[in-house]
Amino acid sequence: MEKFLQHCGVAAPILRGNVDTDAIIPSREMKRVSKLGLGEGLFAGWRYLEQDGRELNPDFILNQPAYENTTILLSGANFGCGSSREHAVWALAEFGIRAVIAPGFGAIFANNCVRNGLLPLELDDAAVREIATWVERDPALHQITIDLPAQQIHAAGKDYGFAIEPAAKRMLVEGLDAIALTQTRWELIQAFHEQRRQLRPWLY
Amino acid sequence: MGLSLFEKLWREHLVESQEDGTDLVYIDRIFLHERTGSIALSSLEADGREVFCPQQVFCCMDHIVDTYLDRSDETTMPSGKDFIVATRSHSLAAGITLFDLNDPRQGIVHVVSPEQGIVQPGMTLVCPDSHTCTQGAMGALAWGIGSSEAEHALVTKTLRVQRPRTMRVRFDGKLSLGVGPKDMILHLIASHGANGGNGCAVEFTGQAVDELDMEGRMTLCNMAVEFSAFTGLIAPDEKTFAFLQGRPYAPAGEQWQQALSYWRQLRSDPDTVYDCELVVDCSALEPQVTWGTSPQHATGISGSVPAVAVAGNDAGEQGGREKALAYMDLQAGDTIAGQPLDAAFIGSCTNSRIGDLRLAASILRGRKVAPGLRAICVPGSMQVKAQAEAEGLDRVFIDAGFEWRASGCSMCFYAGGEHFGYRQRVISTTNRNFESRQGPETRTHLASPAVVAASAVRGCITDPREFMEN
Repeated sequence: MEKFLQHCGVAAPILRGNVDTDAIIPSREMKRVSKLGLGEGLFAGWRYLEQDGRELNPDFILNQPAYENTTILLSGANFGCGSSREHAVWALAEFGIRAVIAPGFGAIFANNCVRNGLLPLELDDAAVREIATWVERDPALHQITIDLPAQQIHAAGKDYGFAIEPAAKRMLVEGLDAIALTQTRWELIQAFHEQRRQLRPWLY
Repeated sequence: MGLSLFEKLWREHLVESQEDGTDLVYIDRIFLHERTGSIALSSLEADGREVFCPQQVFCCMDHIVDTYLDRSDETTMPSGKDFIVATRSHSLAAGITLFDLNDPRQGIVHVVSPEQGIVQPGMTLVCPDSHTCTQGAMGALAWGIGSSEAEHALVTKTLRVQRPRTMRVRFDGKLSLGVGPKDMILHLIASHGANGGNGCAVEFTGQAVDELDMEGRMTLCNMAVEFSAFTGLIAPDEKTFAFLQGRPYAPAGEQWQQALSYWRQLRSDPDTVYDCELVVDCSALEPQVTWGTSPQHATGISGSVPAVAVAGNDAGEQGGREKALAYMDLQAGDTIAGQPLDAAFIGSCTNSRIGDLRLAASILRGRKVAPGLRAICVPGSMQVKAQAEAEGLDRVFIDAGFEWRASGCSMCFYAGGEHFGYRQRVISTTNRNFESRQGPETRTHLASPAVVAASAVRGCITDPREFMEN
């Protein structure tokens, strides 16, 4: 998995609450039994003029020239709520998004991010709006710098600290494979499994 | 200090607390479906990893399959067949149990699992599907995960999880006629917001919950995820045990007695302290209907669309409301009841069980849906369908003008196949009123089966009590 250490990039504000995973990638865009090829379907309902077409909607922020090369999203609370589809994260990552900054995230979505090298960065509503206002003045020039090991964002001429669960931070910074990590505890798991078989035999 | 039901279940499954602050939690059962399960299984195969304990892994064909009575592997969803075929071959290769098309047990995963007795009190169960919280109604710790975590659970029989905080939601009072669990959960979400559950394990308690039957409890827990909860759960009681006894995968004989004595311990201690507590008074609750594009956009059926700017609203929610009203083609102050409809849908893991169908049929019996309105009923499983047919309910639906379908997730979401049509206004027993969820710019109003049936008859959003009191 790609590590996340420091990142500097163009940020696009999509300032509405409850941006759900159906909006991030509509189900109709999940066409293959694959984790790949999903970037094109990212925000399809907003990004394209026609439901099944590919003509770009000039009003949508990611289609505007100033936001070309966007790698960071700024959004409202509860970003990524709804369906558990990991396709939402695969689509964001394939499009080139490295981090989403919002006052909160859907729990499954946040986990999916961490498993795919994408940073779900929690910042309060006022700070998100302050940064968004600054970004909007000159999106290409007003880039945001994120330092994950230091847990700091640099934007709008100042530093914002942010909190993150230590486990999520470690997964991202070290680019860990969670399965491989857990397999180092295999003996313990097997012992637990055997013990449970004795304790709750009706489950086996 | 006492332990909550959640804490008891967590301790029961805790393999090890990790130094990074997560817990390694043992998983008893895993469910998959053809949409996300196919990818998890094929990814494992590509990585050369194997499923540990395949006999404890189950898979349903529900998300992509058509629900026409003469369906096959071919689907109206473009490339849907690829998912079906891949799921079948990977399930076979992995040795897991598949409830395939044409299996009389096939249906929506969260309907099939309790129906077959697979989910049981005291278990951990995960599925790469957000509505897995439905199964918490059985007194299990059941939650939705992504595909990567599903792979992790399949290979290691564990998950690395940040232990969620706990919340209790107590539903006091008695529900009045025409009001049910769908109204309880929509009202909760509308009152506290779609992120009100804030990643908590939410235990539902109180008189109104105690009095719900098992199917009603499933409806309640189903939408815990729309409240942003980690999951919802309800302590098992005699209703739970009676529901489970005799089902194909439930313990039997001596093991039933053994299990029962353990299950009876599964309740929160009286002196439990939760991280957060909410109380909802159900005595004055009326049927709920959504007006916007988030489940939090719900109001009582006698209510009207609220103003965009409300004190205390943050900027994100205000922007969301403006966009929602534009999308729904509604204005602040519009009354909910009387909104004209193009279609009505009964189905989904929220409301497609036999009790839901009986309730809707009680309103539809001897009546017709309004002229020009398209109405569809999709039973939650082929067993629900068979039971309904044995009771003659299929005739009630068909005679009223409903399409009567085979089981699946159907038009709870639009996957590029069948849908309700551009900007059609639909009253639906499903769980999500998101933009374009049920079709291209389809305008979804979420409600209970009673509201949907009554509204189908009148052709506009209608209070079901009008049909129940006479």
